Amino acid sequence: MTPRAARRTAVVGWGIAGVVLLVVLWEGYKLLAPADGVLIGETRVLPRTTDLAMPHVWDMFGRLAEPVTRSPSAQPLWSVILLGALTTLGIAAAGWLVGVVVGVGLALVMQRWRLAEWGLLPWIVLSQTVPLIAFAPIVKSWGSRVEIGSFEWQDWMSVALIASYLAFFPIAIGALKGLQSPDRIHEELMRSYAAGYWATLVKLRFPAAVPYLLPALRLGAANAVIGAVVAEVSTGLQGGIGRLLIQFAGQASGDPAKAWGPIFGAVVLGLVAAGSVALLGVILKNYRRTEEAA
Amino acid sequence: MSAPETTTGATTVPGAVAPATAVQVTGVDKVFETQGGRVHALEGIDLTIAAGEFVSLIGPSGCGKSTLMRLIADLDGPTTGSIAVFGKTPTQARLDQEYGIAFQQAGLLPWRTVAANVALPLELHGVAPTARRTKVDELLEMVGLAEFADRYPDQLSGGMQQRVAIARSLAEQPRLLLMDEPFGALDEMTREKMQADLVRIAGETGAAVVFVTHSIPEAVFLSDRVVVMSPRPGRIREIVPMRLGGTAAAADAATGVAATAAARTARTEGLREDRSFFEMVTAVREALHGAPVAMGARGVETR
Repeated sequence: MTPRAARRTAVVGWGIAGVVLLVVLWEGYKLLAPADGVLIGETRVLPRTTDLAMPHVWDMFGRLAEPVTRSPSAQPLWSVILLGALTTLGIAAAGWLVGVVVGVGLALVMQRWRLAEWGLLPWIVLSQTVPLIAFAPIVKSWGSRVEIGSFEWQDWMSVALIASYLAFFPIAIGALKGLQSPDRIHEELMRSYAAGYWATLVKLRFPAAVPYLLPALRLGAANAVIGAVVAEVSTGLQGGIGRLLIQFAGQASGDPAKAWGPIFGAVVLGLVAAGSVALLGVILKNYRRTEEAA
Repeated sequence: MSAPETTTGATTVPGAVAPATAVQVTGVDKVFETQGGRVHALEGIDLTIAAGEFVSLIGPSGCGKSTLMRLIADLDGPTTGSIAVFGKTPTQARLDQEYGIAFQQAGLLPWRTVAANVALPLELHGVAPTARRTKVDELLEMVGLAEFADRYPDQLSGGMQQRVAIARSLAEQPRLLLMDEPFGALDEMTREKMQADLVRIAGETGAAVVFVTHSIPEAVFLSDRVVVMSPRPGRIREIVPMRLGGTAAAADAATGVAATAAARTARTEGLREDRSFFEMVTAVREALHGAPVAMGARGVETR
């Protein structure tokens, strides 16, 4: 086995080991701990281990294959969750794209003008301290009043907008750092070639920014998913995984394993979003080289 | 571009007309405002470099040799005084791509192949892809890296990277090459090889070279004249013309570019063992240390 293949195997192995460890911990705790959980005085520091609070891992996954409701026409749970996850993924992707445009745009302005960096950066940081839940309903009510010609604001757009609000932050910061990253020697070289701002941007700054942009885009993707799920919950948008989370959690007293379905869906959603950006990294791998001799 | 094809000086008529001036530095001062106060980097610099001439700037750290090169390259402006590059302002010369430049670090773009790195200046100036490819092949052939065209910089040794950088600096066929300690980071063996290559390349292209170094043998081996500088404030202490081997008598910068170019191509590895080489090393060393001169005629700045 080549060292490269060995490393890949190791990565996969550790990944599987992590998941197995989680299952062992879950089931081990459920087996050994008291049914009422662990209490210190009146405070419960570890959860109950009843099937209601902690269903078996196999029950949770088994439930995915069963129909959503007892109605004869009901679809299996997994397909409902898949549909919800895809809906949310689409909204998150739209939010992510808006976040990329806004984030990179802000970074360009801040890179070009030092004064803009001083003026904008504190506000960008401050923007992230506003709790998402607080303004989600406001965005929705503003959105419902937007009507330009034949264009009518849809509720999913509010959710995408909120997702973009979370996504743009790491992208703006990462892009700024990346655009500022070229060595002095490279900047002077471009100057000696009489290359203007745009030529320098395209030939030097953007390529040099790739190693900084990729983690930022991945973080932005994860943020967009979280933003979309939370915004679905707080604006009450139907069809996405956020709505399913709330709906099935309400049914947990009668069907505890069902509530875990959308949680798994949300985890997979995050992985798919981050993985898509990792794919982008593979395509752009030549931009992640460094000059130092290997 | 209409860069004259002065290959090994054959097209210039020796002694008939004064050769074109590549660089004219007149009364230049450079003061940097730093937090620690004003730093006088250069003071009263007068220097004329003829077309096709190879001039080294040598001196201890802080003598302003790199600063002087950066002023010629228009990477910085003089505080007072004036600089002309082929009769133009440095800014105009930069916009017209009159010079090629190489630094101590190769400064290759890591995401571009060797060929794409050399092609970068051509690409920026709108040279058509086919013409670009021809030119790049030719340049890589010249620096002996033709078979490495598709490699990435991180796959090359430091010496090879530096050769790519030199090929890149020659891409626009400049009449002037500015080099800031380009071999400073290389080991001695690679360094001597690169020096021989540079002498050959400069001879082939007929370009004037301003070469910043702090190695005395390097300056002597390469140059027609060595400009010795002293620090704080940066001044030209002495300009020592190199009289090496048999062609020494004719090698006078102001009148005989043809002769100097010929002398330059005659610079082979054997020269490093030549008596005149050691005499010139001694002359430059004494100029650097400010000791009285024991031998050889001293050059006077020609302006």
